Amino acid sequence: MLSRVANTLYWMLRYVERADNMARLIDVNEQLLLDWERLDSERLRDFWMPIVWSAGDDSLYSELYGSGHSADVIRFLTDDRRNPNSIVSCLFQARENARTVRDQLSDELWEELNSLYLFLNSSEAERMLRDDPPKYYGLIRRSVFTFQGIASSTIDRGLGWDFMDLGRHLERADKTTRFLDISTFLPPSAPMAMHWNAIVKSCGAMGAYRALHAGMVEPRKVCELLIFSRTFPRSVRYCMSRVQQSLHAISGSLMGDYSDDAERITGRVMGQLNYGVVDEFLKEGLHEALDGLQTQFNTIGEEVFESYVLMPHVIATTHPSKQSTTTMRAWQYQQEQEQQ
Amino acid sequence: MNTLFDGYTPWAGYDEMFESDGSVRSCCQSLKNVFDGLSQKEFEERKAASDLYFLRQGITFNVYHDEKGTERIFPFDPVPRVLTAAEWEHLEAGLTQRIVALNLFLHDIYHEQHILNDGTIPRMYVDEAKNYRAAFRGMDVPKDIYIHICGSDLVRGADGQFYVLEDNGRCPSGASYLLENRNALKRAFPALFETSDVRPLDSYPRELLNMLRYISPVREGDPVCVLLTPGCHNSAYFEHCYLAREMGIPIVEGRDLVVVDHFVFMRTTKGLQRVDVIYRRIDDDFIDPVVFRKDSMLGVPGLMSAYRAGNVALANAVGTGVADDKVMYTFVPKMIQYYLGQDPILPNVETYLASEKQDLGYILDHLPELVVKAANESGGYGMLMGPSASKKEIEDFRAKLIEDPRNYIAQPVVSLSQSPTWTGEEMSGRHVDLRPYIIYGEDVKIVPGGLTRVALTKGSLVVNSSQGGGSKDTWVLRS
Repeated sequence: MLSRVANTLYWMLRYVERADNMARLIDVNEQLLLDWERLDSERLRDFWMPIVWSAGDDSLYSELYGSGHSADVIRFLTDDRRNPNSIVSCLFQARENARTVRDQLSDELWEELNSLYLFLNSSEAERMLRDDPPKYYGLIRRSVFTFQGIASSTIDRGLGWDFMDLGRHLERADKTTRFLDISTFLPPSAPMAMHWNAIVKSCGAMGAYRALHAGMVEPRKVCELLIFSRTFPRSVRYCMSRVQQSLHAISGSLMGDYSDDAERITGRVMGQLNYGVVDEFLKEGLHEALDGLQTQFNTIGEEVFESYVLMPHVIATTHPSKQSTTTMRAWQYQQEQEQQ
Repeated sequence: MNTLFDGYTPWAGYDEMFESDGSVRSCCQSLKNVFDGLSQKEFEERKAASDLYFLRQGITFNVYHDEKGTERIFPFDPVPRVLTAAEWEHLEAGLTQRIVALNLFLHDIYHEQHILNDGTIPRMYVDEAKNYRAAFRGMDVPKDIYIHICGSDLVRGADGQFYVLEDNGRCPSGASYLLENRNALKRAFPALFETSDVRPLDSYPRELLNMLRYISPVREGDPVCVLLTPGCHNSAYFEHCYLAREMGIPIVEGRDLVVVDHFVFMRTTKGLQRVDVIYRRIDDDFIDPVVFRKDSMLGVPGLMSAYRAGNVALANAVGTGVADDKVMYTFVPKMIQYYLGQDPILPNVETYLASEKQDLGYILDHLPELVVKAANESGGYGMLMGPSASKKEIEDFRAKLIEDPRNYIAQPVVSLSQSPTWTGEEMSGRHVDLRPYIIYGEDVKIVPGGLTRVALTKGSLVVNSSQGGGSKDTWVLRS
């Protein structure tokens, strides 16, 4: 498979996953705020800004909106094309990726993503976001589910799939850590129980949580489920084990061994997750621990690119001109710009 | 019940569907019957369904200077354009003759140049042609084929005769629309196909791939063919993807390829893989920054070194642009006589060369009646439509003609045939042309039909998609 194609499939899934997670988060947060005492716009904003902070987009936000109202934050996260991590930006980017590798995708898969794109670009979408936000976010999430379903029933389980699955799970692991990290940024007055409820709901994990624990949602138990569960599909451990499987399927190297740094670091993270316990993890502080995971996820992403797209070991030794490498770097740089 | 064609008046010239007395042509009777059975509402619903098909498939182009990135479909008219078996047989023979002669001509001018040496074609027309690549003279190309894929534009005049308007021998586009128009029409109006014996088109990708394999440099194993695209911002990107997928070959960008020791490789996740044949959809100018435009980011540095070494085949070959130069066009009938000893089956449109003194005089005296075209432009650009031009436009062209006569030709306005076209309110005649796609590999293969382009503005003769044209499905009947 062409390196560029593999990279594009990988990013397509990351963008779809990113958009889906943001849609969940906003939807749940909106529902939640309805339950609370009436808040003025400024206090409301305090409950929206943590989402921006946890995504690391706060400087762009203040550049565009200053302090702004809660409605501005929602806009920024949802359909502001100037924010490369807004739902709409991510889906447009995913669709652009799909367009460039259209020949690799089933018609149905392309049509689903393209239809979502056409909808988001329509005046109908604008009206729906204004008049009926739950319907708007629900429609996006449903479409993403459909996309994932079509992908899993139409895409051949070869290299292309491995790169897609890798992108999906690396992004999902990262997003789960960011959901958890929102608690770091909430105002001290925030009712914590409700907040942890929201996190569990955003991950669609309420059913799984209830099956394990009766009573109130407790932060420690939420962390245990969302970080250490071996079986819950959005837990960090589950996602990273899928990342590990994909990496080994791609390289053909044995589990327990590694052929490049992406596999090595993934293996190290898996050791931490397979044999770690939640109390130990929380000892250094939740935020610090999550930050540590996110840094490793970033490195894994970079190393995948190095091994399969840039291939300095192949290109540098055989290709006299450096131009192609520079072009690829420039392109990757552009991709990175879009993801930060 | 009112039918869709009530009130339709065939045009005084040649109407593709109706005789001049208003009766339907026998080849179109069964399709008219199907349309007659539909109410306007049903018809419009089905047309809307076919539009939606194009939109959802992403068969669209971007509207420039639109920040929202609005995409539009190429307008598709559901009333097909019909060619009888006999008409097609004639076109097929004429087009085959033409592509064979064009290839013999290219081989000749890139080798001994007999046709120039004996003065059949004045040497200066080749030497000064913008797309003649003198540096490639003496180089052999696989199987001596230069133009592997040709899209020739045909028009039907008021006399019912087909004429060749131009040959596109560089990177002709539009074949995917020909295939998708058929898909869209079949979905929206299946009944049309139940009652008519229309020849299918689905062999096109297969024939294309057969041709690519045929021209591969010989080596062990299956040849690796790729389609080289300028990238996803190119307006024909949909077509590149479509054809690559239908053929089952990788679509690559310049940055995916590297040249090592005069061999071409693509960068895959498993390392470098050798490439044998490139169906390139990038013009000569951009294909290799080492040899052609230095600023091109689209091409592959060193590709020409592999090409010259015979380690990779290109379709179409480098330097074919000299043959679809609009000046060279005028000499194609001579080429046919010269190389094949035959009379041309398909005539050219009468053409005046501005570089011939006598012709230039005629052109300058008759500008308001003529169409003037720049020799190396396409897509309906660089053109003067005399009858509809303003005084200023005519004077601008007069100056250009005097300054650079080699670069211009002029033709009388051909009153292109019309075909009934849905305007949104009624059926009304619109001018059409026809672009068949000719593949030259082991044999010459022409997919039955072609892309019928339609000028959607009433009375307009410009069918190019970049100038507001649409298209139709083209039928070739079995009998």
